[in-house]
Amino acid sequence: MSGGEAGVYTTAYLLSGVLFIRSLGGLSRQDTARRGNRFGIAGMVLAILTTLSVWASNKGVPPLGLGVMIGAIGIGASVGAVLARRVEMTGMPELVAMLHSFVGVAAVMVGISSYVAPTEHIKPGMELLIHLLEISVGVGVGAVTFTGSVVAWGKLRGTFSGRPLLLPGRHLLNLGLALAMAACIVPFAQADGSAGLPWLLAITAMAGVLGAHLVLAIGGADMPVVVSLLNSYSGWAAAAAGFVLGNDLLIVTGALVGSSGAILSIIMCRAMNRSILNVVFGGFGTESGATSAAPVEGEVVAMEAAEVAAAVAGAKEVVIVPGYGMAVARAQASVWELTRTLRERGIKVRFAIHPVAGRLPGHMNVLLAEAGVPYDLVLEMEDINPDMDRTDVVLVLGANDIVNPGALTDASSPIYGMPVIEVWKAKLVVVSKRGMAAGYAGVENPLFYLDNTRMLFGDARKSVDAVIQALKAG
Amino acid sequence: MAATPESVGKLRALGWAVVVEAGCGLESGFPDALYAEAGAEIGDPWSSPVVLKVRPPTGDEVARLSEGALLISLLQPERNPELLPALTARKVSALALERVPRITRAQKMDVLSSMANLAGYRAVIEAAAAYAGNFGAQVTAAGTVPPTRVLVIGAGVAGLAAIAASRALGAEVRAFDTRAAAREQVESLGATFLEVKIEESGEGGGGYAKLMSPEFIAAEMALFRAQAAECRIAITTALVPGAKAPILLPQDVVEAFKPGSVIVDMAAEQGGNCVLTQAGATVEHRGVKVLGITDLLSRMAPTASKFFATNLAHLVAELGKADGWTLDLDNDVVRPALVVHKGEVLPPPPRSEPSPAAKPAPHPPASTAKPAIVHPTSPPASPWGTNLVGLLAILGLFAIGRFAPGEFLQHFTVFILSCFIGWQVVWAVTPALHTPLMSVTNAISGIIVVGGMLQIAADPGLGTVLGAVAVLVASINIAGGFLVTERMLGMFHREGAPAPRGH
Repeated sequence: MSGGEAGVYTTAYLLSGVLFIRSLGGLSRQDTARRGNRFGIAGMVLAILTTLSVWASNKGVPPLGLGVMIGAIGIGASVGAVLARRVEMTGMPELVAMLHSFVGVAAVMVGISSYVAPTEHIKPGMELLIHLLEISVGVGVGAVTFTGSVVAWGKLRGTFSGRPLLLPGRHLLNLGLALAMAACIVPFAQADGSAGLPWLLAITAMAGVLGAHLVLAIGGADMPVVVSLLNSYSGWAAAAAGFVLGNDLLIVTGALVGSSGAILSIIMCRAMNRSILNVVFGGFGTESGATSAAPVEGEVVAMEAAEVAAAVAGAKEVVIVPGYGMAVARAQASVWELTRTLRERGIKVRFAIHPVAGRLPGHMNVLLAEAGVPYDLVLEMEDINPDMDRTDVVLVLGANDIVNPGALTDASSPIYGMPVIEVWKAKLVVVSKRGMAAGYAGVENPLFYLDNTRMLFGDARKSVDAVIQALKAG
Repeated sequence: MAATPESVGKLRALGWAVVVEAGCGLESGFPDALYAEAGAEIGDPWSSPVVLKVRPPTGDEVARLSEGALLISLLQPERNPELLPALTARKVSALALERVPRITRAQKMDVLSSMANLAGYRAVIEAAAAYAGNFGAQVTAAGTVPPTRVLVIGAGVAGLAAIAASRALGAEVRAFDTRAAAREQVESLGATFLEVKIEESGEGGGGYAKLMSPEFIAAEMALFRAQAAECRIAITTALVPGAKAPILLPQDVVEAFKPGSVIVDMAAEQGGNCVLTQAGATVEHRGVKVLGITDLLSRMAPTASKFFATNLAHLVAELGKADGWTLDLDNDVVRPALVVHKGEVLPPPPRSEPSPAAKPAPHPPASTAKPAIVHPTSPPASPWGTNLVGLLAILGLFAIGRFAPGEFLQHFTVFILSCFIGWQVVWAVTPALHTPLMSVTNAISGIIVVGGMLQIAADPGLGTVLGAVAVLVASINIAGGFLVTERMLGMFHREGAPAPRGH
């Protein structure tokens, strides 16, 4: 490859990187989001074409290699397209987790492959040492991402229990694995040629155990943080692969994705008033079985769907607070129908979204968008809270911890300090819930016992449908 | 009505068989067939072990009760002195609905509250019908009329309902109550709270007002006289439990109202708050109409029956399931309401109920708990801690710079700068788009496909196989991530924008 050619390739990669940055930038607002996605697609196509040219100019065009490459891309792309078309919006968390695991696998494969079949000669000494370190880190991060994502995927699907697995001495186990991996790097770095492969595989295996164990120890309520963290890891894995191969585009892209995931994790943690370390190593809500220290006074009063219909029909402003229960019951289409029915009568209906509602950052927004709810009716927690005291009826659908007043008032509550949607300030709060079970945090919710709260028991979709029926009948 | 077809359903769900007197629901719009449909039997209810009724029973009716039966109805023994002896003679038990305590738990059984709420509303409707003027302001091409002023005396459940209904009709409302606790509720409904400038609290037990001193009453009269000159509608709701209603509007105050004004006296049945009131009749005095309506609830019988019957069904539920129901003397709702137990008059229990600051109001007060928002996070990180980490990071960077080879440093520079770019760009992303953000980053982290491609060699070695696997899975990411994002973003649409695609 001549110097001029290399310069063209570098420029093409640079352009790809710029397109990726514009892609993420476009997602800042709804009206530029689609353009952002297309920038991303353009960047990716450019990167693949450039890499094909680099590859062909290095190796000529070996028919077998070309066939393998085209075949792998073709099969992968078709599988991806089918997944993208088939996935239910309620199943987005699982899809995202699965895709993270793929990045992890790819990083492991690239790392090992570059060790056993190096494509360029590395000078012995400091450079080789750094190269081998890069490989260890890349493979390690990739393996953690892979097994962690597989476990997260299983938890989200319900294949594995959502309850945290808390082994005795689990912190020591994590520390031991980390130290053992570090120890394996020494003989790995000293081995000649590819003789260190067993050590590299050992590192991979231990990283895999570590990833699985870390995610197994995290409870169901923390899944949004876990998915965000794995998003971040998958970026770091790609960046590490970039260091291994000396490819700046991989480094840039990996860093972008890594930062993005880190920011999402931070946002989720702030929304739960907890630190990242507490989520990753914590085992929150497990010290005790569902105890809120303050006993709850008052009585739960149930309401029939017809009475709820009468209450919302007489309201001027209604706010709907969806939670994971809406996703489980797949009630979003019914919710939109209810919204339209009310809006036809001149009643103002808006949605309030808590940052950690659902199993994925922004999950509720996607579900509501799928049902057809215009995004300007969907507000964030901070934007809707000031309006709560002039709201007539709040309809809480399958949400619990995110509307718990104890988070603000009860210093002994495990979720004390978590910002919540202050629904109790409205004149009437109707909580649709299957039963009186506690939320994921295992905390009793005093909201249910307030004078202005009524419970609408039953499956969220059936309840909403019954309210719509009653509205249309009455 | 003590039962509606709906409440029959509730009672049957508790295991009771329900017998309904023929034709009893006609006035409320429930023919017998509807009761039968709900599972009730039409027949003689008096032989049942539990009898539900609205008004106090007559002597004949008491005689028809079977021995040991339980009667649940309004009893008002203060005004029906012969009733308790008749009940004891018949050896029955009796729960007086008006004695259900005003505690939070019993709200759903409290007929006084639910009925007073409706009656207060109806009183305004009746006043509006009798009044020849407008309630709300009228702005027309022919001129503008200001809103009428309504005076509500007594801001209990009925008074608050009257305030809310008057406000809903557009009137300007002033309300008076001797209890200071009423101020917040009155003001929360958008009315002006009137007060007498004398220090005396009118808090009695259980949310009722007590009788006041003569000085206070004189000041009160002066206040009403002044208000009478400005208000065109007055609604009086003052009751003292077990006693005649206090006179709040003596003749001179009535005469202070302008001709055409309307006074609705909701205490007419208990003697009236206005000296001119005649129960069940309308009196006109110097152009002021005084309405002594005693059947406000009958005028909205279907709604009243619905609430009354639901209250009763909740009270019956308090007794337990149909088989094995008991009169639990330790039950804090049943005990105060139980005036006759197995043929013996029970003395009222010691009053323990608190005077509630926020009583059952027609609209629940806007907020019962206004927690201060505190964020009890860990103490603010010491600036030294943050600075120390930063310092160590900078030293680490210098160490890398000192020892690492040039090529690595070049990549490292790109890496650190990219992290900062990503940090800046992603914070701007709106939370509503976090899921699409994740799927896009999923797709672009498929860039690792580049690494896999470069590892595919001409010969089918281990490196090629691993590279091919990497390319395969990364391609799934790329296609899956971008396409699912496209699909999701296609669903987001602004109000009034074309219908979403892709679903």
